[in-house]
Amino acid sequence: MSATIKWFWFASPQTFYPLAGTLARWFAFAAALLAAAGLYVGFFLAPTDAQQGEAYRIIFIHVPAAWMSMFIYVVMAFWAALGLAFNTRLSGMMASALAPTGAIFTFIALWTGALWGRPTWGAYWVWDARLTSELILLFLYLGFMALQAAIDDPRRADRAGALLAIVGVVNIPIIYYSVQWWNTLHQGASVSLTRAPSMAATMLTGMVLMALAFWSYSIAAALVRVRCIILERE
Amino acid sequence: MNWGSWSEFFAMGGYAWYVWGSYGVTFALLGLEVILLLKRAQQREAKT
Repeated sequence: MSATIKWFWFASPQTFYPLAGTLARWFAFAAALLAAAGLYVGFFLAPTDAQQGEAYRIIFIHVPAAWMSMFIYVVMAFWAALGLAFNTRLSGMMASALAPTGAIFTFIALWTGALWGRPTWGAYWVWDARLTSELILLFLYLGFMALQAAIDDPRRADRAGALLAIVGVVNIPIIYYSVQWWNTLHQGASVSLTRAPSMAATMLTGMVLMALAFWSYSIAAALVRVRCIILERE
Repeated sequence: MNWGSWSEFFAMGGYAWYVWGSYGVTFALLGLEVILLLKRAQQREAKT
């Protein structure tokens, strides 16, 4: 019972505002440390790949950025749905705060993928199912932001954005399973929960560290942005 | 250790454009987001 009350207490933007500031600082600090460790492992400890040479080092940002692009979208849609269901003000603000960071990670995943594709596949871009569905994800983020920016009343903007975000969630499993459902040029997952990872331990360590760094970064960026939105709206 | 010298490190085995192009754009974008966010936060705090 008391736990329930506490959650609703923090669901009020005024009480959440100072908490978000403290959390943002800690996550920003963690992101910097994790990124430094991840880059060190990625460039100095992980060995050269036997097939791809040094080009494979793009993996340390490409895969974590692609994970973040999908994960942030799911979290954004979750907050948007919560806002629709319970009509809590903070939920819509959280969804709006996540969108730009998610869009940036989607662009990073596409950009690093293009620069990785050129030396390994011979093309910056192919209309492969994985690449195309990830591009659609970028358009979903941009569409969400454009729709919200086009509506003056923030509460109506939240509801319209929420609908778009929730419908767009269908794209996430399409991205994730695209490499299995279709015959794609993009390789399958190198890391999964059910199998042992198909890469050297130091490579995996570097990738996990960078993924944690991107996580911390995203949380910090979203919290700082939600603070701005709270001040702008309330 | 993978690299005999700094120039070897920067050459990335001939993949310098691809590797540094990826890392450069990534950190430039994240840095830009941080700068814009801090600016926005400062402006909002100043107004209230």
